[in-house]
Amino acid sequence: MSPPSHPGSGRRTPWRSPLRGPWLTSVFGLLLLVGIPVLFVTGLLSYAAYNPDLSPVNDKTPDKGLLGFYLFSWPTNPSWLYRVTQGVHVTLGIVLIPVLLAKLWSVVPKLFERPPVRSLAHGLERLSLLALVGGGLFVFATGVLNVQLNYIFPGSFYPLHFYGSWVFMAAFVVHAVLRFPRMVRSLKGRDLRAELRTPVSRTTPEPPDETGLVSPDPAPPTISRRGALGMVGAGSAALLVVTAGQSIGGPLRETALLAPHNREPGRGPNGFQINKTAAAVGITARDMGADWRLVLRGGDRELTLTRQEVLRLPQHGAALPIACVEGWSTPDQRWEGVRLADLAALVGLGERAPGVLVESLQQHGSFRTVALRDNQVRDPRSLLALKVNGAELSPDHGYPARIIVPNAPGVQNTKWVTRLSFGETE
Amino acid sequence: MRRFGFRRGYGDSPWHLLALLCSFALTAYAGVRLLDGDWLGILLWIVGAAILHDLVLLPLYALADRALSAAQPAPASWINHVRVPAFLSGLLLLVWFPLIFGEQKRRYERSTGLSADVFLGRWLLISAALFAASALWLGLRLWRARAGRAPRPSPPAPSES
Repeated sequence: MSPPSHPGSGRRTPWRSPLRGPWLTSVFGLLLLVGIPVLFVTGLLSYAAYNPDLSPVNDKTPDKGLLGFYLFSWPTNPSWLYRVTQGVHVTLGIVLIPVLLAKLWSVVPKLFERPPVRSLAHGLERLSLLALVGGGLFVFATGVLNVQLNYIFPGSFYPLHFYGSWVFMAAFVVHAVLRFPRMVRSLKGRDLRAELRTPVSRTTPEPPDETGLVSPDPAPPTISRRGALGMVGAGSAALLVVTAGQSIGGPLRETALLAPHNREPGRGPNGFQINKTAAAVGITARDMGADWRLVLRGGDRELTLTRQEVLRLPQHGAALPIACVEGWSTPDQRWEGVRLADLAALVGLGERAPGVLVESLQQHGSFRTVALRDNQVRDPRSLLALKVNGAELSPDHGYPARIIVPNAPGVQNTKWVTRLSFGETE
Repeated sequence: MRRFGFRRGYGDSPWHLLALLCSFALTAYAGVRLLDGDWLGILLWIVGAAILHDLVLLPLYALADRALSAAQPAPASWINHVRVPAFLSGLLLLVWFPLIFGEQKRRYERSTGLSADVFLGRWLLISAALFAASALWLGLRLWRARAGRAPRPSPPAPSES
């Protein structure tokens, strides 16, 4: 097979793959154009799920300003909503990594194009591409590192990932807008089904054009376009297989061979996923012993209860999942305990119960104090749980008592609860 | 005529400039919030991510791929049988390396109550299985080609069957 002759043919270039060209780039671009908005929306939903506008204790990005324009009070129905949106956010983000890498591979000759800046327009667009590539890699990297508890990034995960995403999306949207017509043209230029029937022996470079993606000095093909697409697809499939089980749970959890929450930490009623063990946050046996008291506050009323007294209050059950911002989750667990609304009534706030500020015994770490909104307190499934799956809570699941609220992010289901201040937010 | 004057001076249409300026305004609005803190570290991470990918990772794997191709002058029938498992294994490592190398062993174990020792072995086993399956597939192809005395000079690439 002889390379096609065109202006610049034979020019020496390190980028000689005969597969590079606007069509291949557009296929990857289209996949990202569908996938990245899903990541963005599910990410925004996750921020809303924390109810950051309710209280400063819920908000890790209090300087958000206009970027919080869309916030709304997070619902308690359906109870599995956050489980799905955050599972999709993390799993899809990981699955899109090969597509992102392939897209960047397909356009790498543009990085070295000459002259580096042709005009003011070209210069500004390249500046925007730096935000696109640097911002995109930054957001993916912080997410991937955070779910593995590898906090090596320069700051707290929440502001880095949240503001980083806005920087990335600012560049992503303008890139998508400016390139959309060319993407559509390129995709129409070749028939996907025909491409998927073309073996390596009949693979030829795309016709040279003004995009600068087609190699002027293409090497003989060693893989077809369907082979390259298949390889990227296989990469996404491999990542899906070794990751998704941690969000699905049940017998599929063990299939998530490389994901952080891929095994149950134990057997029995308390043998489900743990975010932070008691030991990890410095909760001692003494903290959880006979001296433990639950303090209820409402207005100027305050009530202190022993665990026995809490156990004598009307007990209710609810089947609810734990769903973590890190993407893993558990199927429904059967919780038993006292309704938050009933506890509000004990301090005289039973009618139209307000929100509540929940404090943990935990001495350090984020979210040891969280604020729940009134709709969360009023949901009859929202409990101060004492038991799970028919047994006492284990120390790692928050003994003597923990919060469980339908559809709330896992970290707001406070463990080792010591005080509930109804009508307070900070 | 003025529009053409703009295009000559700027290099594109006014809409192009308007779209970019809107984008930069949002970048600046989020950017000052992003950089509030260890701004130098964060900037280094963002620019470093682009540099690390574009000038280190990508050239490295491109060179490795070229070295593989150069091992035999003509496009070899086995090349994708190495390329595909190597790509998949490398990809899994790229995403899950903190767990595979036990970067945060203590934090992971104390947080989750799970052992951090399983990941390296699993990744090695997955990689071994991928290469073994690929080799088996190549063997099968070559055997079938010989059995059928395939007259075609260039059999289809392996990742495509």
